[in-house]
Amino acid sequence: MANTQPDLKLAAASEGVVLPPKPPGRLYRMWDSDIFYSWRRSPVTIIASIVVLVIVGAAILAPWIAPYNPFNPASLNLMDGFTPPFSESRMGNYYLLGTDNQGRDVFSTILYGSRVSLFVGFSATVFAMVIGISLGLVAGYQGGTADAVIMRVADVQLSFPAILIALLIFGIARGVIPPSQQEGMAVYVLIIAIGLANWAQFARTVRGATMVERQKDYVSAARIMGVHPIVILARHVLPNVTGPVLVIATIGLALAIIEEATLSFLGVGVPPTQPSLGTLIRIGQQYLFSGEWWILLFPAVTLVLLALSVNLLGDWLRDALNPRLR
Amino acid sequence: MRKLLLTASMLAIAASALPASAETLRWARGADALTLDPHSQNEGTTHTFAHHIYETLVDRDTEGTLTPRLATEWALKDGDDTTWVFTLREGVTFHDGAEFTAEDVVFSLDRARSERSNMRQLHADVESVTAVDDYTVEVKMNGPSPLYPNNLTNTFMMDKTWSEENDVVEVQDYAGGEDNYAVRNTNGTGPYKLVSREVGVRSVLEVNADHWGDAPAVTEIIYTPIADPATRIAALLSGEVDFVQDVPVQDIGRLSETDGISVTNGPENRIIYFGYKMSEEPLTSSDVTDVNPISNPLVREAMALAVDRDAIKEVVMRGNSLPAGVAMPPFVNGWTEELDAYPAPDIERARELMAEAGYENGFTITLDTPNNRYVNDEAISQAVVGMLGQIGIRATLASRPVAQHSPLITSGETEFYLLGWGVPTFDSAYIFNDLIHTKEGNYGAYNPSGYSNTELDEKIQSLGTQTDLEARDATIAEIWAQVQEDRVLLPIHNQLLSYAMQSKFNVEVHPENQPSMADVTISE
Repeated sequence: MANTQPDLKLAAASEGVVLPPKPPGRLYRMWDSDIFYSWRRSPVTIIASIVVLVIVGAAILAPWIAPYNPFNPASLNLMDGFTPPFSESRMGNYYLLGTDNQGRDVFSTILYGSRVSLFVGFSATVFAMVIGISLGLVAGYQGGTADAVIMRVADVQLSFPAILIALLIFGIARGVIPPSQQEGMAVYVLIIAIGLANWAQFARTVRGATMVERQKDYVSAARIMGVHPIVILARHVLPNVTGPVLVIATIGLALAIIEEATLSFLGVGVPPTQPSLGTLIRIGQQYLFSGEWWILLFPAVTLVLLALSVNLLGDWLRDALNPRLR
Repeated sequence: MRKLLLTASMLAIAASALPASAETLRWARGADALTLDPHSQNEGTTHTFAHHIYETLVDRDTEGTLTPRLATEWALKDGDDTTWVFTLREGVTFHDGAEFTAEDVVFSLDRARSERSNMRQLHADVESVTAVDDYTVEVKMNGPSPLYPNNLTNTFMMDKTWSEENDVVEVQDYAGGEDNYAVRNTNGTGPYKLVSREVGVRSVLEVNADHWGDAPAVTEIIYTPIADPATRIAALLSGEVDFVQDVPVQDIGRLSETDGISVTNGPENRIIYFGYKMSEEPLTSSDVTDVNPISNPLVREAMALAVDRDAIKEVVMRGNSLPAGVAMPPFVNGWTEELDAYPAPDIERARELMAEAGYENGFTITLDTPNNRYVNDEAISQAVVGMLGQIGIRATLASRPVAQHSPLITSGETEFYLLGWGVPTFDSAYIFNDLIHTKEGNYGAYNPSGYSNTELDEKIQSLGTQTDLEARDATIAEIWAQVQEDRVLLPIHNQLLSYAMQSKFNVEVHPENQPSMADVTISE
């Protein structure tokens, strides 16, 4: 924090002069920081954070709080299929949000499905970040041919919608992996496909920030002292470019979750016996005309809430970290 | 302005005076025809479309009886039970005006028998085809083939001269990704001519005024593939299309209650079944690595007892299926009620059998399923995964579009799969040849099970040339008894089809799901 916000430290120090002698606790200082100040001032952001926390918490705790385990096919009873919400099924079981076409409890499936969606979204974003940041640092610091090659590749990729790239990578993976292994690897293929589709944004941002930092005295000083370029990048430049990266990562997480949902909606994602939110929506939309609205509605609302909240958090973070908006 | 209005109203009057002579039917399906080369793909959707442009020698009515089409009569030659004589319809012309004669039949049958043709298996017993005169063709068989005309209902007739001029004497190599002139251009004798074709998007057909048959009520067909079932139904409800051939079972109720839309129902001549590897070598997708657990008859029996066909009918199919105990639709010669009886599900007994076979803790396996070919195919597979889970068989479901699913079966890569089998010949031999016979040569193309019974193979081959129909039926019964005893296939049901359309049109369900728009009637 100190590295990214040098002026913030100054502000806190000057405040310390005015405040009573007893130094405030660490938590209090965090609470009192600029970022949390703007957080407390924005009710929308507070609500978004709560939504994200609830969904993420519920997803993590799914095996303990879900009434049924929808990923265990043996526990399903087909005759319970299409039970409406808040009612008893033909077999006398109670389902809070009803059941889908296979007799899976929609509530439990949403909990387990969010787990898949969040896991894929989070891992894909981290994967994209690792690639994007590394290449962006190299391009921005090194310049010349390395910069030209990396950024042209990124430009080409940015001219396609990310979902097309992900579909392409998914298709190649399907061709390479033997059919009997495909389902077991599906989640990892999704992560790689979405990650590779999204690295360019990170690379671009990091490259820009790195080019600015490269001109600064502390980098020149490190270079004159003979510090290895990799050390300079990792220890000195990287901490100073993390601000914008955090913003992109948050918005990228929302994008990755939606991309996973889109791929699963198109039927190329996770196996139907382990549905993610997108798979549930795909299943549900087949039953809209016949009036079984709950199979689609609840997962769709969950996905919208999750993506919207993560996006709102990203927006807030962008504004909070932008010195010009203070 | 007034003049314009007058012209417009006159046009309107003129248009309303001609309703019977110009009727467009907008037809939507889940998939497009794979190709228009008539002999390149032996596939239902492709044949259905091709039947409007091209014609076959014989046709089959909805009762299953053969009816004349381009051939008016056919009979075995006097004193020679290995030669079929076809008398051709006179005065038939192709769309380009050329006359249809015996040389076109010889050319087309030879083309359908050629190396690259996908229709080959239906003509495996043909030795030679010769033109006796302009309107008589003789087909010489390898031996007595009393049922050969049954194999001709999807073999289309092309014009020899046109084919030579456009370099399409060779059949398109579909698997090899080859393209030829006949893939997008046509010259048939059928009731409709192709006006335009955008593959996968839209094809337009207009009525052929010179056709030999009765003039159809529908004069223009606009064929639009719409892959997503919900979108297809939405298009019908909004009036964007007139006829939807692939109606999802969950929408039948709503559609029949909608004003201005009517729904027709009927059984399809198609069995939906599961197949599995039965040979002893271990499965690649299983955690039992020393032997294939399904090679044990007890396991196969347990699987059969675990499947609840009535639950699938009630929930997945919403009543629109005929649960089956034998992998053969009731339309087929050889079907009996006894064979079709299926056991009540008995999970307790199935678990005992699994324990007896040494698999108390079950095993894992991958189940391959198509997701866009049959009515609720993926949902059926998913339900079966759940049912097998109850006896410890932990199946991972691999769901793919049929274009990627069916190569897994023909190549033998799959170890457990769902498939549907239509029987265009209405005879058990068509099932045995491809699904039961050991995979070799012209036989066993869709038998990846590793099941191989030499004695049975001999019996299956003998069906092609057996002339005594009673003895032949007895052989069919013997083969079925063995197939049932060995549990080579795990049948689920025969699907019931539903067509939905704007009420003024009337399209009856065709047992082979190949309705002809030329037979559609229109009521005002």
